[in-house]
Amino acid sequence: MKEEIIIAGFGGQGVLSMGKILAYSGLMQGQEVSWMPSYGPEQRGGTANVTVILSDERISSPVLNTYDTAIVLNQPSLERFESKVKPGGTLIFDGNGFHKFPTRTDINVYRIDATEYANANDSAKTMNMIILGGLLKVRPIVLVENVLNGLKKSLPERHHHLLTVNEKAIHIGMDLIKKVN
Amino acid sequence: MNDTKKHNEEEVKLMKGNEAIAHAAIRCGCDGYFGYPITPQSEIMETMMELEPWNTTGMVVLQAESETASINMVYGAAGCGKKAMTSSSSPGISLMQEGLSYLAGAELPAVVVNVMRGGPGLGTIQPSQADYFQTVKGGGHGDYKLITLAPASVQEMADHTVLAFDLAFKYRVTAMVLADGIIGQMMEKVVLPPYQPRMTEAEIAERCPWATLGKPASRKPNVINSLQLLAEEMEEVNLRLQGRYREIEKNEVRYEEFQCEDAEYLVVAFGTMARVCQKAVEMARAEGIKVGLLRPITLYPFPVDRICHYSHTTKGMLTVEMNAGQMVEDVRLASCGRVPVEHFGRLGGIVPSPDEVLEALKTKIINR
Repeated sequence: MKEEIIIAGFGGQGVLSMGKILAYSGLMQGQEVSWMPSYGPEQRGGTANVTVILSDERISSPVLNTYDTAIVLNQPSLERFESKVKPGGTLIFDGNGFHKFPTRTDINVYRIDATEYANANDSAKTMNMIILGGLLKVRPIVLVENVLNGLKKSLPERHHHLLTVNEKAIHIGMDLIKKVN
Repeated sequence: MNDTKKHNEEEVKLMKGNEAIAHAAIRCGCDGYFGYPITPQSEIMETMMELEPWNTTGMVVLQAESETASINMVYGAAGCGKKAMTSSSSPGISLMQEGLSYLAGAELPAVVVNVMRGGPGLGTIQPSQADYFQTVKGGGHGDYKLITLAPASVQEMADHTVLAFDLAFKYRVTAMVLADGIIGQMMEKVVLPPYQPRMTEAEIAERCPWATLGKPASRKPNVINSLQLLAEEMEEVNLRLQGRYREIEKNEVRYEEFQCEDAEYLVVAFGTMARVCQKAVEMARAEGIKVGLLRPITLYPFPVDRICHYSHTTKGMLTVEMNAGQMVEDVRLASCGRVPVEHFGRLGGIVPSPDEVLEALKTKIINR
């Protein structure tokens, strides 16, 4: 098994931490993992992205230009990464603020309105976990159990009471994601 | 890159390359870190500050007022036989060049980490490998060399930190860990080295007879100095250094090979680019092209003999570097014009993709 993923959006949407949680989950199930952030001026506003690779074998390049799965959370990221999804691959987008939508028909396109849901339910901070849940529904690359173990391991104990909130967000995401094409 | 076997369940951690350097330094008994923050390596000092090793191993972690101050603090600590290090990124390393030359002249062991970013000038914070010349061809003045280790994984960031101290003390030279923004910033699995205690004063006295620990009546004073006004004495220092460099060239060459056994073409790349090239080699092999990858782990000493060997067995070589063509000169020297040696690179912080590497291999070497 090998999954090459790009997650892209605005700085502050939790793009890098979503990638980190995926990487920890891979670690929990004994996979090779790599997490390569855009660490440039993006961090200070504008767009941020992270490449996450989970693999049963040793990972060569941490830098890629095509992906099995792209998760795009803003318009510029869609424009940049839609063409880089491998044929037959997966594109997940959060429709919030989009005025142009994915057009490819040779990939599986999913929409998840996580921002809208999170805003309506006063839970903006779990937005990225909702999206992660959506991803795991359509690409079950890691077990939810391992996501939670990964969170437990990477979060300081004082935040452990938030684990149930995160677990709930994952399940909301699983219900929220819809296939578009 | 072949780190998988070291990962047994208990000890595997997920962290950035920069963080791995900080952990490894503390664990291998480093006495002092002196640095000044700069992207993309600030996590090295940040991690050390967070770990507070002064409470555990007694290691000093100090943010100096500048890079120039940092390297001179390293000089001072090294003069006392201490395991001292600094780290920076390209523009900061340029500021340290005088100190590096002085360390060489005073025959002191030290470890310096350079997590390269794009230049020249203040440049960009994105990854680069454009400090190859600066590191392996001098940088500062005078006839000196830096042992140069080029990590290609987070695991090697940890391993090379430990190795750099061992080599620096073995030969009384500066060892440079030459990484780039990608290896510094990316997270991978890592198994950290075991804890080694810091050297005691008695151990320093025994292992570093040149160290200034206070003069007993039984010996002459130790003087830490890089100024020799008499030409004969200066030549003596130079000859001693050159003797050490020959030993280093004989003993310390390190490299890794991937799919080289039947290779008709050879890709040579270090650090991050070796990882990208490994993927390009896999893609080329899938198309039936017999290409191998040679990854120098030590850039100085350079794997001259190995490149020379492949200049007899392959039809052409491509170096891939995040610069305008630096290591390619050493590959050309080592292959003595027997086969075409070309360079492919991207500049200013752009990382070539595996597809671009494969395309360059085809246009510049295979179908030339």
